Amino acid sequence: MKKDIILCGVGGDGIVSVAKIISDAALSVGLNVKQSEIHGMSQRGGSVFSHLRISSEPIFADVIPEGKADIILSSEPMESLRYINFLAKDGWVITNSAPFINIKNYPELDKVMAELDKVKNHVAFDANEIAKQVKARSNMVLLGAAAPYLDIEFAELEKAIQNIFGRKGEEVVNSNLAAIRAGRDAK
Amino acid sequence: MAKTLLLGDEAIAQAFIDAGGSAINSYPGTPSTQITEFVIKSKEAKEKGIVANWCANEKTALEASIGVAYAGKRAMTCMKHVGLNVCGDPFMNAAIIGTKGVIVVVADDPSMFSSQDEQDSRYYGHWAMIPMLEPSNQQEAYDMVFFGYELSEKLGTPILYRIPTRLAHSRAGVERRAALPQNPITAPSDPASFVLLPANAKRLYRNLIDKQPLFTQSSEESGFNKYFEGTDKKLGIITTGIAFNYLMENFPGGNCPYPVVKVTQYPLPYKMINKLYDECDEILVLEDGQPYVEEHVKGFLGKGKKVMGRLDETIRRDGELNAEKVAKALGREVEAGAAIPEVVTNRPPALCQGCPHIDSYNAVLDVLKKYEQGRVFGDIGCYTLGFNMGAINTTVCMGASITMAKGASEMGIFPSFAVIGDGTFGHSGMTGLLDCVNEKANVVVMILDNDITAMTGGQPSSAHSKLWKICAGLGVEEDHIREIVPLPKNHDEFVKILEEEINYNGVSVIIPHRTCLVELKKHLKK
Repeated sequence: MKKDIILCGVGGDGIVSVAKIISDAALSVGLNVKQSEIHGMSQRGGSVFSHLRISSEPIFADVIPEGKADIILSSEPMESLRYINFLAKDGWVITNSAPFINIKNYPELDKVMAELDKVKNHVAFDANEIAKQVKARSNMVLLGAAAPYLDIEFAELEKAIQNIFGRKGEEVVNSNLAAIRAGRDAK
Repeated sequence: MAKTLLLGDEAIAQAFIDAGGSAINSYPGTPSTQITEFVIKSKEAKEKGIVANWCANEKTALEASIGVAYAGKRAMTCMKHVGLNVCGDPFMNAAIIGTKGVIVVVADDPSMFSSQDEQDSRYYGHWAMIPMLEPSNQQEAYDMVFFGYELSEKLGTPILYRIPTRLAHSRAGVERRAALPQNPITAPSDPASFVLLPANAKRLYRNLIDKQPLFTQSSEESGFNKYFEGTDKKLGIITTGIAFNYLMENFPGGNCPYPVVKVTQYPLPYKMINKLYDECDEILVLEDGQPYVEEHVKGFLGKGKKVMGRLDETIRRDGELNAEKVAKALGREVEAGAAIPEVVTNRPPALCQGCPHIDSYNAVLDVLKKYEQGRVFGDIGCYTLGFNMGAINTTVCMGASITMAKGASEMGIFPSFAVIGDGTFGHSGMTGLLDCVNEKANVVVMILDNDITAMTGGQPSSAHSKLWKICAGLGVEEDHIREIVPLPKNHDEFVKILEEEINYNGVSVIIPHRTCLVELKKHLKK
């Protein structure tokens, strides 16, 4: 089993938390994990990405080679295209369709979506809307939507959420659990 | 034993706690910050009475570590690569002393994700003539801390421990070892070794020279450097640190046909590299950084067998290494990924919405409309992003805002502004301000006080709540130390203050003070 995943979005949108949860779940079922992320200057409201590699075999590089990613999981439609060079030919793009506009020259959304439509395997949906309904963060909704593509039992992801958010209290755990379930059931 | 998911940084921190470390003194800097932060937040560390401090700068931090070592205890100091420049003095002299029990962790930043340059710390280690460790993965990062302390205490030398961004900020499962107790307090075995009078220093330098063969012997025998036999001897490959992973990524199952020397400990293992050179037709050197090993293997004249790497641009000289670059160097066809659509627009990092720095820069930009020749000398921190607002003209190194403003003002640049954060002012702004006072330089120094070292994720600022007193103590006239809350509603008052201070012929300090929003949110959550 091998899954190479690019997680991407905009600094501060919680994409690193998603990476941590998948990593935790993978490690607990005995898979090897490497997950690389960006801190510091590159974080402040700019594009951010994380490379997550899961495999039953030993993993060497911390970063995924170009054209080899099985999944691009993005919290923002334009950001999902920024790393499209990493996607394998039969890979999947799973992205939030709600744009995050913090730059003056953000392109017309129609044009972004048109480019996304050209990607053979893609899922685009409004994760912000679902997040609003369940009163949770959209990053967890996205994780839920990606769950069927990860080859990791859903219950393991739920356990990982317990592990990681447990110390923040039951309310936080439940809100995140509601979000990943809503994401899984979306579409 | 179950594996714990840890960043490379965190693996080093956990190992420091487990290997009997007694004190960690550091200055934050991406990508090294999470090491010290992990120890500061660790309950275990607290229970063990481990001292974990953020210091004013890398020099004060490393000197504290030398003091810890003087007491016979295990010390660690962490920094980003450019921080090693700041503590170059104690670093070189810790080597001469033969300081035991000190590991200096330096995180290099190939590709400059958050840095001003790509300097490779191994040149420093070479220069100081001390052993260096450069782990290739998170587990080695953990194990090599234990080994580093053993080596340091056995051979009487500080250790330079180098990691690149990709290891610092990448997580993997790490298996921990049984914890070691801390060392008892002991007096140095050679008390004169800490007194670097020329007579002692001459003797100690000779000691350091005499220890070099022992350092090399350890590199040959410790087991961290490895020789992998290969069947195809047309090419021999030397990898350093994480470069090994990028090589193996190209060979499923790790079955590389070429002989490989995997280097993670320096000085370079002479016998292994000599064997590789003798056995193979050509040599390829893979390193994530500057061509340190390549230069040594190739030699100045470059005679003998062909040695390839970054010097001959078989691999591009700048930027971090990756599996694709290695594939190309191996002469393979690399299939490019899909083209990035043109519609994708650059999204650079920016100051947060409502950030106090924006209000400070708006005031500066407004007042500078009247002064065509006015210049703003910037510094290192979130506020460097003011460049994107057209608000700063320079950023060079920590503290350079004040001293460059002084130099330029003395050449007739008027008005000459310095913009520096409270954290950076504590790090290396104070001495520059003293220069300004002593020369009565005509400068306006703005100390942007947001109560925190923000860029690296919110570490305490060493000059916190002391800025006014420090400036007054350094001799800035009290009437010309002005405070203001940077908010849109105070814009006109801010501009007026700036106008007044521009027209004062001497040193003015303006302190716009409002808490960093990211920090404020953290506190509200608590």
